[in-house]
Amino acid sequence: MSDYSEQVEVVCRIGIADGAVVSRPDRLRTSGLGSCVGLVMYDVLTGLSGMVHVMLPTAPADFAERLRVDGVKPQKYADSAVLWLVSELQNRGSTIRNLRAKMAGGAQMFASAGRSDVLRVGPRNVEAVETALTGCSIPLLAKDVGGTEGRTIEFDSQTQLLSVRTAKSGTFTI
Amino acid sequence: MGEGELSSLHVDILQEVGNIGAAHAATALSELLGTPVRISVSSARRCTFDEVSEVAGGPDELIVGVFVRVTGDIGGNMLLLMSVDSANILLQTLLGSKIVSGDYDDMQLSALGEVGNILGGAYTSAIATLTSLRMSQSVPAVAVDMAGAILDAGILATSEVSDFAVLIDTSIMGGASNIDGHFFLLPDPSSTVPLLDALGC
Repeated sequence: MSDYSEQVEVVCRIGIADGAVVSRPDRLRTSGLGSCVGLVMYDVLTGLSGMVHVMLPTAPADFAERLRVDGVKPQKYADSAVLWLVSELQNRGSTIRNLRAKMAGGAQMFASAGRSDVLRVGPRNVEAVETALTGCSIPLLAKDVGGTEGRTIEFDSQTQLLSVRTAKSGTFTI
Repeated sequence: MGEGELSSLHVDILQEVGNIGAAHAATALSELLGTPVRISVSSARRCTFDEVSEVAGGPDELIVGVFVRVTGDIGGNMLLLMSVDSANILLQTLLGSKIVSGDYDDMQLSALGEVGNILGGAYTSAIATLTSLRMSQSVPAVAVDMAGAILDAGILATSEVSDFAVLIDTSIMGGASNIDGHFFLLPDPSSTVPLLDALGC
């Protein structure tokens, strides 16, 4: 970030099971993704960009009821998060055919404890996001998923590049 | 008790559970290290998932985590979390070898796992004695990574049914050796009520 820049970039931080949409030149960041998945969806024409920090693959059967009663967040589940992000972008003027996606995360942090289905949630999150994107016909242009390392990601709405940082393998962009 | 709600009495009781469990764990750790280990008073509270990783130093912070799953009459996750510096001191004390980085070999990872196993065992057996609840623990799993990523595994069971976790947190400090860390017990949401029941609430 430069002091002399006319437009000041703001970094919007996304918490666990949360999401947001920003416009150029703002950045979107989420930290410490383990089995969680960070999904970015952006409009190639307007630069409107959104990010969600997904925890679990599928929303529970009583999701609609719980959404009404206790305000459970749609950003928490892969399937409902994709639909939420699409509708947020559409509400701000995007059309589906201009949307593209990138994602990172879905690691298995404790490989030695992999016998439990609960701990295999990372790969299941990744599959669920891909399925939901296919369902909406949104192309997934890049991904860095799986493995056993945590990730912190930051999306630049100007360049539409996603920077991925890991504790051991350094930083790269996709 | 409403779903996810904790009264101040419940908080006091869960804190006391943490204190008793952690006191036994600290004794086990000081015997292992041959140096006095202090624990702070535990805190028990209901917090958002983001707050859980803030307690461990922030989601980006590089830490060493030992994960132990508790099953039986009550279920939950136990996590021993410490800085890489603390883990290095721990390993030097245990294995006698000089360790400079957080890049551990199998032997070192196994030793860290064993520390988590011993602390977890002391903690759960103290609670089991107090409550007559049957509890057993999984083989420990070790990771050196970002706090947020490690804690994903700890809050996973909770996240299926709730947007909040009940966190019983105890700070651990090694007297002369500058070890500091946290011991977390995260009871499954379905286990908070049975745990309080077993304690007579």
